[in-house]
Amino acid sequence: MRDVTMRYGSRTVVDSLLLSVKPREKVAIIGPSGSGKTTILRLAMGLERPSEGWIRIDGNYLWHVERNGALLPAGEQQARRARRAVGMVFQQFNLFPHMTAMQNVTEPLVHVLRLSKKDAHDRAADLLTRVGLATHLDHRPAQLSGGQQQRVAIARSLALRPKVMLFDEVTSALDPELVGEVLNVIRDLAHTTSMAMMIVTHEITFASDIADRVIMFDHGHVVEEGTPDVVLRNPQSPRTKQFLKAILER
Amino acid sequence: MTFQWDWGFAFQQLPTLLQGLVFTLEATFFGSLLAFVLGLVWALARLAEVPVVSPLVRLWVEFVRGTPLLIQLYFLFFIFPSYGVTLPALETGIIGLGIYYSAYASEVYRAGIEGVPRGQWEASLALGLPLRRVWGRIVLPQAMRFAVPVLGNFVISMFKESAILSTISVLELIGQANIIGAETARYVEPLTMAALIFLVISYPAARLVRLLEARTGAA
Ligand SMILES: Nc1ncnc2c1ncn2[C@@H]1O[C@H](COP(=O)(O)OP(=O)(O)OP(=O)(O)O)[C@@H](O)[C@H]1O
Ligand SMILES: [Mg+2]
Repeated sequence: MRDVTMRYGSRTVVDSLLLSVKPREKVAIIGPSGSGKTTILRLAMGLERPSEGWIRIDGNYLWHVERNGALLPAGEQQARRARRAVGMVFQQFNLFPHMTAMQNVTEPLVHVLRLSKKDAHDRAADLLTRVGLATHLDHRPAQLSGGQQQRVAIARSLALRPKVMLFDEVTSALDPELVGEVLNVIRDLAHTTSMAMMIVTHEITFASDIADRVIMFDHGHVVEEGTPDVVLRNPQSPRTKQFLKAILER
Repeated sequence: MTFQWDWGFAFQQLPTLLQGLVFTLEATFFGSLLAFVLGLVWALARLAEVPVVSPLVRLWVEFVRGTPLLIQLYFLFFIFPSYGVTLPALETGIIGLGIYYSAYASEVYRAGIEGVPRGQWEASLALGLPLRRVWGRIVLPQAMRFAVPVLGNFVISMFKESAILSTISVLELIGQANIIGAETARYVEPLTMAALIFLVISYPAARLVRLLEARTGAA
């Protein structure tokens, strides 16, 4: 993304952000509540159109087309194309409540990738097994714990094999004892796949485990960024120090 | 003059009344069908925010809700024919009931659709599901869980209110009861029997809808 600004009314939530994530790179985003972290992910997913600036994913602009070297605004059609490379896991899971775990995962396989029912079923079963839910294929979201629901959501967003995965505080709606199982799944993904990841999290240990780069964000601006060793263990900015201290004392 | 309830007379009228019931049920069934389909059309047309069309549909729905069913029926039955639009009484009644209830049904659908959490749309968008699929398989099924019990109650009210079709000469239950009354000068028995027939059907139906409500509420 480049020079991306997002305003709601007169409020600037993200201000001239320049952020680029390399293939395979795992980026953790930390920052206080209301600082605009979710907004960044929503922009990257193409759920919001930025007030200014452009976003490019895997070679495709989200809301623009390039013509004769100039960037022209484009519509939903273009956004649909660019979103194909991105997957997102939400804080509130957002599973389809009237479908089983299996159907949640086969839905995009059949209706976006146009796989046959059988291939979709096989791939969905693989994915659900990978997140530890091989025995819960036919459960509906209401019959699953929060941690299990979130793992279904992870499997679902993996289904389309995105190049970039976005995780928005995926454990903050969970009971404390269920956080570990979800973080382990993501940790495992981070270490075994070539996807790039952008992860908004308050779990500092987890962030330092998996991130190649940590970005401290506040009031729509990047306060500090660098390796986990620097940002999380030896922060330079007083704002980061203060934020980490507040989190550790929680 | 002392009134004497006559059981023999009351039961004698039953076959005629049941003939009327057939029309009542027909009006209710086809009227509901029409109301459910049209209601969905109005709801989607409003939600789609198409310029000109959506505001017009909104106005139309307000108009239908804001005027008495009786007047709408009179217009369909007595005034439209003078412009060359003529339909049999029952069909006219079905169209009248259908349009009237469609206005209310559209509000139910709309509430149901708007009640589907934003996250469902966002997850669908993030997965790149085609819009038709999102409406057909994600949003409407969830909206229906809310809508179906309410629409069930509409069917029951329509069943009872279809008595109004007697005013446009449909020989449904009340229409038949009136004729018997006029012919025999005894109104109490036929009207009471007609009321009982309504009750015998609408009470279990209402229980059924309540059961439905409890089930969709719990799931
Ligand atoms: N649709 C919207 N309309 C108006 N304001 C919004 C909208 N979405 C977000 N905001 C505002 O933008 C600011 C940043 O929100 P955002 O959700 O990105 O923060 P966050 O860093 O994710 O916070 P949290 O840690 O609480 O999730 C907040 O003050 C929020 O109120
Ligand atoms: Mg947030």
